[in-house]
Amino acid sequence: MASTVSRQSFLKLTGIGVGALVFSELGFDMAKATAIKRELRIANATEAHSLCPYCAVGCSLVTYTRQNAATNGVDLLQIEGDPDSPINEGRLCPKGATALQLAVSPRRVEQPMYRAPGAATWSTMSWDDALGKIAQHIKDTRDRTFVAVDKKGNTVNRTDGMAFAGGATFSNEEGYLAAKVMRSLGTVFLEQQARV
Amino acid sequence: MTNHWRDIKNADVIFIAGANPAEAHPVGFQWFMRAKLDPTKGTGKGGGAKIIHVDPRFSRTSAVADHYLRTRTGTDVALFGGLMSYVLNNNKFHDEYVKNYTNASFLVSKDYSFHDGLFSGYDPKKRAYKTFAPPAKPPATADKSWGYQLDENGFAKRDNTLQDPQTVFQLLKKHYSRYTPEMVELITSIPKADFLKVAEIVGEMGRPDKVMTVVYAVGLTQHTTGTQMIRSAALLQLLLGNMGRPGGGMNAERGHANIQGNTDNAISWEILPGYLKVPLPGQKTTDDYVKASASKKLDPNSWNFFGLNYKKFLVSLLKTWYGDHATAANDFAFNYLPKPAGNASWMTIYDNALQGKMEGLMLSGMTASSIGPDSNQVMAALAKLKWLVVMDPFPTTSSEFWHGPGMTAASVQTEVFMLPATHWIEKDGSFVNSGRWMQWKDPVMPPQGQSRHDHWIIAELQHRVKALYQHQGGKFPDPILNLTMNYKDPIRPTLDEIAREVNGQDLKTGKQMVTFAKLADDGSTSSGNWIYVGSYTPKGNMAKRRMGVQDPKKNDPTGMGFYPQWAWSWPLNRRVLYNRASADLQGKPWDPKRPGIQWNGTTWVGDVPDYPPKMSPTDPAAWLPFIMNGEGVGRLFSNALLDGPIPEHYEPVESPVANALHATVSADPVAFLYDKAAKRENRFGTPDEYPIIATTYRLTEHEHYVTQQVPLLVQLQPEPFVEIPTGLGQEKGIKTGDMVRVHSKRGEIRVRAVVTNRVGQLTLGDKKVWQVGIPIHWGFVGIAADMHPEKSQYWLANALTPFVGDANSRTPEFKAFLVNIDKLPA
Repeated sequence: MASTVSRQSFLKLTGIGVGALVFSELGFDMAKATAIKRELRIANATEAHSLCPYCAVGCSLVTYTRQNAATNGVDLLQIEGDPDSPINEGRLCPKGATALQLAVSPRRVEQPMYRAPGAATWSTMSWDDALGKIAQHIKDTRDRTFVAVDKKGNTVNRTDGMAFAGGATFSNEEGYLAAKVMRSLGTVFLEQQARV
Repeated sequence: MTNHWRDIKNADVIFIAGANPAEAHPVGFQWFMRAKLDPTKGTGKGGGAKIIHVDPRFSRTSAVADHYLRTRTGTDVALFGGLMSYVLNNNKFHDEYVKNYTNASFLVSKDYSFHDGLFSGYDPKKRAYKTFAPPAKPPATADKSWGYQLDENGFAKRDNTLQDPQTVFQLLKKHYSRYTPEMVELITSIPKADFLKVAEIVGEMGRPDKVMTVVYAVGLTQHTTGTQMIRSAALLQLLLGNMGRPGGGMNAERGHANIQGNTDNAISWEILPGYLKVPLPGQKTTDDYVKASASKKLDPNSWNFFGLNYKKFLVSLLKTWYGDHATAANDFAFNYLPKPAGNASWMTIYDNALQGKMEGLMLSGMTASSIGPDSNQVMAALAKLKWLVVMDPFPTTSSEFWHGPGMTAASVQTEVFMLPATHWIEKDGSFVNSGRWMQWKDPVMPPQGQSRHDHWIIAELQHRVKALYQHQGGKFPDPILNLTMNYKDPIRPTLDEIAREVNGQDLKTGKQMVTFAKLADDGSTSSGNWIYVGSYTPKGNMAKRRMGVQDPKKNDPTGMGFYPQWAWSWPLNRRVLYNRASADLQGKPWDPKRPGIQWNGTTWVGDVPDYPPKMSPTDPAAWLPFIMNGEGVGRLFSNALLDGPIPEHYEPVESPVANALHATVSADPVAFLYDKAAKRENRFGTPDEYPIIATTYRLTEHEHYVTQQVPLLVQLQPEPFVEIPTGLGQEKGIKTGDMVRVHSKRGEIRVRAVVTNRVGQLTLGDKKVWQVGIPIHWGFVGIAADMHPEKSQYWLANALTPFVGDANSRTPEFKAFLVNIDKLPA
């Protein structure tokens, strides 16, 4: 179909709410096509509000999900910028715009993995086993490296042999809990991306 | 940020140093462009805001800047010092603001001095200054020369004429008199004429009806003088009267979705939530702790709000963590808090591991091997751990370190646990952006596979460790047994419950607190983080609010971009910090066209006032504007830092030239030298072996290392490279696309060369030095690494960087080091 429509006017034509004028310019009814397209893509989708997980601009996202009867799961259909946000006003950069591929990925680790001392490969482990072993490690390391009173006679109640680092990529509430629990274990080596 | 993203559109001049927002914060950059396109903003009569960009590399930010200054990485103190010198010598500073809102008039101790790169009180054996920040109890050998002259009430003496040679004003002027345009050129390589053009623009921003914002990122922080670099820009802003004003301030563009929030929540060795200091050995009681940690009132009109309320914030925190086990009788369980022996920051963790002192490490959404610095040394450190736990949705260069570059798996005894954590989109909770805006997200997807929420992993570990102590006994279990975990399901707390806990409650009524002004030190209130009081009130979770641009007239009534009912910002939903300083002594805005807050006769209106709402500006007892510090005013001179009360230019630890100001004290004399202290082999290179200056940087399409798992982003930026100047390419016979080896004293990368004019040659006196740029994003884990398993062994950019950090913060000097470059055989 030879078209005399310029890119600029094409983009104008494909806007929402454009009426019957659209028909003659492109040779078909754009409004009806748009309606059909929208209906298929996000039909029965649940709209929710999220935030971009990448930088600290804090772009707001609108997400579209739909129940998948066949897999008994939830499909993530689309992530876009939230036009209501006074921060991003609906815009996203390449990272936010492709966040769907970060969220749903065959490259994610599916279950807990364990690497024994000196081993050349990973093996799988249940959550119960992994958390059980880690908890015992935390206790043993704490008991071995705990300093209740230092050499100058000061009460210090700290665990010298253990460290926790991370947090810039999880929520306030998760971070607060991590710091609270780690300090209650006597951890003084507590750091996150802010340092580096 | 003292201000916030949308506020940048209010500026006349946007001064960007150590940042590349067009590429690193592209969506935030729209606010910079709005200012540029706004004819009411700018120099003179307007015509659009001016963007000034100072950077070693010419980037997309530079392309839309009105003035780009190519600078030598690590020399920003020289540049800002030069600008301060220009502003002071040409009387461009905001006179009334400087006199009344800064400590310019304060008199400094007569024992203060600065000679040849050293301030008074330096101990060369300890590589530290003996000064202290009052009111900490001074050791016998402490040096008081960085303090003020005090009157009989303990208040700082002043000379309001600013003439006394011991005034901060005169000392500052004298200090920066050495920073002439010629000296700036010699140190930074910025031609004198270019510097003066920019200085003239900056000078105009001292007018009360003009405002400049300073925007920066890790290009300023990641140096051994990073803290002082940022401080030197802040001093300039104080001289110009831009702090506390819309369109002004000091604005850090942070790098991660919730790095701000988790800094606030103190996942940092030296602080407790809300920027309380961590308790130190020797502080036996809460009173000892408050005496040593809280600021002291230094002026009769200084509110000293933080110092005054310090104990209330600490006790409310202890009540949150220890509930009924924290009472007046046991000093609110103060001694449950661990007290570090000394520095316990990021590099210290790996330094200790190398020395066999670290048994276990938990890494959550963060990878040590890729971050480094000195990745080879960090991986050697991981190999000395007994156990390592990685909580992440994807494998990382840390979970996989044991078969990474230089590792022989059979020799690595570290037990490694890889726990699949859920993604941000699989849980609710809040992220706090660079502008301190706390926004709440919905849970959108169920967890993929067997992945589990970080907070459930941590809660269950706490539960299990507690049970082990109950059954097996062990060292001082009280802080573990008595920790408050009052969630409906203690091993599966909800983020909503935690958000309520962080806000805090009036323990007498059980109601959510509304303001931190009502927190008490008698155990009757709780708050997990005092700066978040007001985020979750009896009215609900304020971070969920969505009154945004769908109705600008209704939702932004002042038109200043505050949008007060979109989400919530700390503290108390204030948008611009220190906003009392946006109005004059009578309460009238310095610039009526851009009011922050103003006095209407009975109350302060506009933004949420950073000031008592009903305090009249003309009341002789009215508080000074900077209510959080002891002085009550902005500190042009401050004894709170470890390497100097006034910022001074020091060279990066690896530098091709001696310090032009004082060759005998070239680099920062306080920066901690880890390898030397641990008696490890020297890992710093010399300019003879490594004559090229290198800096590291980031690309739009990648976020640190996780995006190596995202196919579309890997397609956009598939493999690592080094940007080298055209002249250097000619010199070494290197063309774009050639494989090159970039190496430092510590390690090497083998990547493609991109030969470009975006980076260039520096002229430092009679020396010519090349400067190159290295993006950080690749390593031995990811889609591209899977395609190139052998090549990717040489992709860790931080194999090059030095194991040394800022004198104050110990942030690694990622941004300035020495390398050499060789073309690899085809």
